[in-house]
This record gives sequence, structure tokens and C-alpha cells, in this order.
Amino acid sequence: MAVTAALEWLGSCSGCEIAILNIGEDLLPLITETLDIVHAPLLMDHKYFGQCGEGVALEIPDAVIGIVTGCVNNREHLEVLQEMRTKCKVLIALGTCATHGGIPALMNGQDQQESWQGIFTTVSTDPGAEIPDVEVPPPLDRVYACDEKVRIDMQLPGCPPNPEFIAEVIVSLVEGRDPILPSKSVCDTCLTKREGKGTVDKVKRFIENVEFEPGAPIDEMRCLLEQGYMCMGPVTAAGCAKRGVPGCISARVPCRGCFGPVRKGGNQLLDMMNGLASNGIDYKSVVDRRSILRFTGAHGRLRPVKKHVAREKS
Amino acid sequence: MAKVLNIAPVSRIEGHAKIAIHLDDNGNVENTFLHIQSLRGFEKFIEGRPAEEVPRIVNRICGICPWMHHLASNKAVDSAFGATPTPTGHKLREMCQVMAHINDKILHFFFLAAPDFVLGPDADYSVRNIMGLVKAAPELAKQVVKMRQLGQMMLDKFAGKAIHPVAGVVGGFAKPMVEEERKELLQGTRTLLDFGCYALDFAINNVFAKYMDIIGDLGAIKTGFLGMIDREDGSLRLYDGQLRLMKSDGSFVDFEGDDYIDYIGEHVEPWGYSKMVYAKSWKEGFDMALTAPKGIYRVNTLARINVCEKISTPRAQAALEAFRSSFGRPAQQTLLYHYARLIELVYSCERTIELLEWEGITDPNVRAKVEPKAGRGVGVVEAPRGTLIHDYTTDENGCISGANLIVGTTHNIAPMNMSVKRAASTLIKDGVYSEGILNQVEMAVRAYDP
Repeated sequence: MAVTAALEWLGSCSGCEIAILNIGEDLLPLITETLDIVHAPLLMDHKYFGQCGEGVALEIPDAVIGIVTGCVNNREHLEVLQEMRTKCKVLIALGTCATHGGIPALMNGQDQQESWQGIFTTVSTDPGAEIPDVEVPPPLDRVYACDEKVRIDMQLPGCPPNPEFIAEVIVSLVEGRDPILPSKSVCDTCLTKREGKGTVDKVKRFIENVEFEPGAPIDEMRCLLEQGYMCMGPVTAAGCAKRGVPGCISARVPCRGCFGPVRKGGNQLLDMMNGLASNGIDYKSVVDRRSILRFTGAHGRLRPVKKHVAREKS
Repeated sequence: MAKVLNIAPVSRIEGHAKIAIHLDDNGNVENTFLHIQSLRGFEKFIEGRPAEEVPRIVNRICGICPWMHHLASNKAVDSAFGATPTPTGHKLREMCQVMAHINDKILHFFFLAAPDFVLGPDADYSVRNIMGLVKAAPELAKQVVKMRQLGQMMLDKFAGKAIHPVAGVVGGFAKPMVEEERKELLQGTRTLLDFGCYALDFAINNVFAKYMDIIGDLGAIKTGFLGMIDREDGSLRLYDGQLRLMKSDGSFVDFEGDDYIDYIGEHVEPWGYSKMVYAKSWKEGFDMALTAPKGIYRVNTLARINVCEKISTPRAQAALEAFRSSFGRPAQQTLLYHYARLIELVYSCERTIELLEWEGITDPNVRAKVEPKAGRGVGVVEAPRGTLIHDYTTDENGCISGANLIVGTTHNIAPMNMSVKRAASTLIKDGVYSEGILNQVEMAVRAYDP
């Protein structure tokens, strides 16, 4: 007997949904036999206000499993999230936007009203345009992760999340057992060669390629932190690896922390700066340190920079 | 009594939208709106970020076409920093971009659009979807999933990440391709080309032939078109070229992406977060009137197929010739977006093979020397959803001080509104409507793959 499931996306990019489709050969049995999908805007046509759009209240059908992606940044997101919570027995926050705010929560580092004004007054925008406010959901005061607004039963971060673990979470729920998920850091699971930090005392911007032998296995490449690049592997939750190597590292590119902090409730910025400092690396050499929180700006982590108020002359 | 039908969410599309159909006292369509519901604010929150980091931030604008944002952004940063990528770096980027088009087209046609055609526009919503397709045509569905997965995993394995990529870098590419990778990719792409040709034939015989009456009419409007072409011979280009803005009578101007501001502008309506891009250079203003639209042009597959002189690869060129002999140039029927999409699927496979067979593709020199500095750069690529423009200004530290983004779908917002109005007004008469009719209104949007 298939288990009912509802999928929803809030402030999102659809990357999580594409990650679901990337499950591969298990996808079809999963979405046609294991699950009975009753609502999923990307894949099927169940409507909020009845199939002919005559209803007044937003409704999502009852489901055992609910999967929600994206951050919460406007009133419609909030309404949909609350309806999902009401209708789903188990609610999963999928992807780093849903779990930690994700990239959209970079907006929390700025004055939202001012920024939105700016968006509607760019050089190519017709003069006199104003922020739309008719029949569009008004923004919330800032960008929230899902668990700041409703109770979440399971968090599965990743930008995008790993298809293997999406399948594992769904299958484990159906089988009534705990899912087997990674708990270590990217660094703990990285195969690059470590020889000690050597003479590195500053971090380099990623404007030249790292050193490696093309085609050689990853364990022959030196750790990117040891090569002097800021790699957020030590403070970031593992889970991105497919084919045994963390995603960005396999592209020979340093980690930027897209699975969120490895410690529950951890702060990637503080942890990374501590890590650099304790290794004698000047953390001030990191240009734009705030962007270390680029995936985790919800939960009050990123706030607008306070403006200096000019002191009145007495 | 007058009422409003709210089709929400618009489904089997890639974004957040709602259609509102306003009916008058007699149950006829008074007005329609396609409301775009979400705004995140990328243009603003990339300010202050080191520009070389931005290609791996803006890819999150779209998880379906992350490569497009990733590479338009890289091109803009190259230009702002005054860097010229190495030839191999350029070609590796293009290869990834064109491969991403392959997967996108399979996804859109088969997962999102095909259920309307294979199961029928009036089929119950519980089966009119990919899950229903699995039951109705299990072999086809299996093949589709397998081919899409093949394409995604080829990209994922070579570039580390297929979704939200990081391998494109300012100055070129993060890693060279080795011979073993080249061979494997070539073999996979040949399989995809066979499937692409099969998909086009399948659609011509089983979809377009069967639904020709709907195709000729549903959401049909008359507009201009914008798309990228080769600077030398005017052939279809997706990664690099100049832009061609064509009027509905077929006359056109060509321009460099750097000069976009002289040709297009963005109109804002208070009822949608997405701006509506229009042809400023036509100097006729902006008007979505169905009878005499002003400034309205379309982008995405049909537009590219219309503006190009030809396609540089043989099978796609043959398909283009057949298309033009049936529908002329420029073709206006909205549902032909699907047909054009499958022609581009074939081109994308052929082009990937061409790039993999280029002798320099395994050259290890993949990244040019780069120095962060103050400047301005415009990066343009053709995303599946249309012409994508990233325009950045950097400060003396090479951090973003200003950004303007014109995203593929936004060019089509006004045309989609027109197609919705056209479809709804034609299909809903005297208060008579049904789930099937409302789905057909959505089909007019779905064709644009927004």
C-alpha cells in the first residue's frame, strides 16, 4: 500500500526537486509504488483552491509524508508551510534553504525594504516603478528557515541535497526505521592528502586553479586548506559526496559550506575563523567574511550591518 | 455574477505563479493575470561579495538551469576583471552548458509537458502527470528517466556537481578534461543524440500531428523575437554570440550583449514580482493588447529557432528546414515552443559531440591568469528559458558594487500574460468552464517552460 506524500516549494530554485528526480533508477518505483503523491506543484496539478479555482481557502490534501523545500520569505510561503504542517504527519525540511535559510537568506544581511526598492530602480527598469503590492504575497520582515515557523520532524540539508539520502529518508520512513545519514564533516570524509599547513599564513582568493595532476585520483591532491585556499570542509556537514569524494573537491574547487554547519546549531563563520586562527592563519585575510554565512543566514545569523549614525553637533 | 477563478499554483512549470481569470456577470472573460509570486533579491545581495565567488552564488537563482546563471556570471566577471579565458576553458564551459540544455529539454518535454499530450488535456489531474505517464507508456517513461539520468550523471561526474555547479571559474574552468573522460562523455552523448532524434520523431508523429488544431490556436499571439546567433554566419548559438531582435514582420537588428541597455527595457506592473522585459529600441512603448501589442517580443526555443539563419549541425538543420517549410519564419504559434525545444535537443547533442571532438578539448591550459579589479562586465548566454544577461560592476577590490540581472523567463512574462488571455477568452464562454479547459489555459503557459 503506497504511502501518501505531499511536496511543496517555498522561496526556492527547484534544485531540490531536481535532486529528487536525480535519484535515478529507483525514482519510478519510488514515485509510483512506494509513494502516492497527492500534491506536488512541479510534477502534478493538484490546486490550492479546488481544481476549478473557485475556493477561497488554500488547501493541501492530507498526507503521511510532507516534504518542503525553500526558505520562508513571504506570507504565501508561511501559509503553505502552515498548511503542510497541519496536513502532514511527518514533515521533512529538504535542502539548505528550508533548514538554514540558504542563499536567499543573504538578504538578511541587508535592509530588505531598501534592497527591494533598489531592485525596482535598476538602470534597465522604467522610471517610476514601485515595488509590486497588488495580488502578490507581501514579504515577511526577514528570511526564515522552516523550523523557525513550524515544527519540523526531520532536516535534510544540502544545496542541492544528495539524491541518495533523499531516497534513504523516504524509504526509512516507509519502513518505520531511523534513516542512516552522514554525521561527520566534509573534511572528515575528504580523501585529499594532508601534510601539515606549512608556511600558509593567509588565505588566497580562488582566482587561480589549485594544484593537482589532471586525471590522478583525489588522494594524490594536497588538501586545499593546506594549499592556502579557504575551504570550509572542517566546519561543514558531510553528505555531498557522490562517487566517494565531496562534490566541489572532485571539481578541484574549495568547499563553501552548502550543507550547513556540522555541529547542530553551529555557526560556520565563528567555527571557521576559530579554525583559521588556531592554525596561525590570519582570518582577516578572508575577503567578505560575512559570506561564510551565505548558506545559513536564517535563525538570526545574518543581520543588516548597523549604519553609523552621524552624531549631531552639540 | 462576476467572479475570479484562481488557478494556483500553476503546476508543471518551474516557478511560482498563479493565474487569475476574471469573469464578468455573463461569465465571459473580462481580464486575466499571470501573477509571479516570489522575489528573492539576488541583484542586491550579491553586492559586496568578491566577484569570483558570485558564479557559485547566482547559480541558485534556478536549480533547473544553474549552469546558465553560473556561466553568464563567469562571463560577466571575466569581462569586469579584463580576463580572457583560455580557448579550452571557453569550450569546456560551453560543453557543460550545452549538455545542461540536453537534460533540461528532456525534463521539460517529457516530465512536465508530455502528460497533457500523451494522456490528454482533459485527463483527470491525478493521472495527467509523469506518474500517469509511467502507467500509460511504461517503456517510454523508463527510457526518458534513464536518458535524463545519463545526461545528469555525465555532467555530475565530469564537473563535480550537475546542480549548482562550481567548475566554471573566472578565467576559464577549474579542471582539464582527460582522454578517458572525453571518451566516456562522447559515448554517452552519442546515446543521447540517438534518443534526441527519437524524441523529435516521436513528438512529430504522436504529438504535433495529433494536436495540430490546438497547436494552431491555443494561446497564439503575434510578437517579435530575441535570441542569440553566431557573429559570422547567423547560425543558432547558446553560449556565445550576438543577439538578434526580430520584429513580427521578420525585420531585425543585431547587437552585442554589452549594449543590451540600448535595446531592451523592463516594465513593472503592480500585480507581479517579475519585471516584464520589452523592446525599448522599437520606440513604441509597452502594451500587452492582443490586437496591437507594443514592444512585445518572445525568447526561448521558438524565438531562437526563428531568429537564426540556420543551425550548424546536420540533423538539427534538417529538422529546422522541415519546421520552416511547415510553419514559416517567424513561426508564431505558441505550442510550437515544444517542437522548437526538441530541435534544440538534437542540436545540443550534436554540438556537445562537436566540442568533444575538438582537438584542443583535453588541453590542460584551462584557466587564464586573473586579477581582481574595478570594472564592468556583461555576460550573456541563452538559457533554456531565454536570453540571460548578468551585468556587474566591481570595485577596486574586485567585489560587486552593482548588479543588473535580466533572467530568461522575464522576457516572456508579458507574452505569457497575452497567451493566457487569448486562451482563456477563446475557451471560456458564457460561464462554461471545466478542469480540462482551465488546464488548457495552463498549457499555454507551460509551452513557454517558465
